[in-house]
Amino acid sequence: MKLVLDLLVPGIIAGVSVYGMAKKVDVYDALLQGAAKGLEILWRILPALVTLLTVVAMLRASGALELAAQALAPVMDFLGIPPETVGLMLVRPVSGSAALGVGSELITTYGPDSTIGRTAAVMLGSTETTFYTIAVYFGAAGIKKTRYAVPAALCADLAGFFFAAVTVHLLFGG
Amino acid sequence: MAMTVIWTGMTALSLLCALALGNAGGLASAALDGAAQAIQLGISMAGVLCLWMGIMEVMDRAGLATKLAALLRPVLRRLFPDFSNDRGVMDTIASNVSANLLGLGNAATPLGMEAARRMARRTPGVAGDSLCMLVVCNTASIQLIPTTVAAVRMAAGCETPFDILPAVWITSALSVVTGIAAAKLLSKVWRD
Repeated sequence: MKLVLDLLVPGIIAGVSVYGMAKKVDVYDALLQGAAKGLEILWRILPALVTLLTVVAMLRASGALELAAQALAPVMDFLGIPPETVGLMLVRPVSGSAALGVGSELITTYGPDSTIGRTAAVMLGSTETTFYTIAVYFGAAGIKKTRYAVPAALCADLAGFFFAAVTVHLLFGG
Repeated sequence: MAMTVIWTGMTALSLLCALALGNAGGLASAALDGAAQAIQLGISMAGVLCLWMGIMEVMDRAGLATKLAALLRPVLRRLFPDFSNDRGVMDTIASNVSANLLGLGNAATPLGMEAARRMARRTPGVAGDSLCMLVVCNTASIQLIPTTVAAVRMAAGCETPFDILPAVWITSALSVVTGIAAAKLLSKVWRD
């Protein structure tokens, strides 16, 4: 398992390049263009990252985050979810950049290899900005009656949060 | 507008909390530190983000998304029975899902919008069962390599930023399955 994970990243880099070359893709040109797109994305999320890390740092220093975690601890403990991640769960369906801000603050504050940091990372990686997606798709299709799309999508989000805590607990212990 | 409410609410809340709990002293430096940290985080994320966006561009140009779409088609036909005979819609959905899997968000969204538009032609203004299913499949993120998260972990000093991959895959799969099950269940009981 460890070897597989160790080789995954270099394997993908080399494998995709070989596959691309076999398909007559100008691999190096594609790499450069993709990297340029990466910079554009970073440029676009930086302003939001600044405002959100500011406000999350304020919330943490004021003691509000600790208070919220304490208040929700009984419910969260029952579900096995670290109560510190409650802020992340609240903003995740609403804003992608807010979730990235809140999540990266958790990962830096508690450490990327802590249970909280890992749970936050898995939550970020396995859920989406639900309301944004719904707005974009239904907007494009001119949908007025959304029927059960929102509750069903929120079920998926809740399951994602819950199983993020479960899988981190099972795969990494703690 | 939603973010205006969130931002204003959170700043006001932190001010009130700091006053009530006697933590007012650290608030100013925390705010400034947070802002400075964001740029540090952004810079240390940049390398990983750019590298993976490059790899994804190669995947895209090599036609990996089309390959994956062909593999997905039989499964998707079962999820969207109303449109299983509509070649155009099924192809668009397959491309949408495979672009999502490869993390090609910029390619996935227009494809999903196109599929949604075509589906809505049958029931103008109302989200039919298949359209609800499409939305659920897209809101439950199924991404094979969560690049941005890995970049954040890397920036935070993690030596193995991709060690969460199995956990992410399992969680995504379970979350998608739950969403699909919820949609199937609700489609049976929903009255309107």
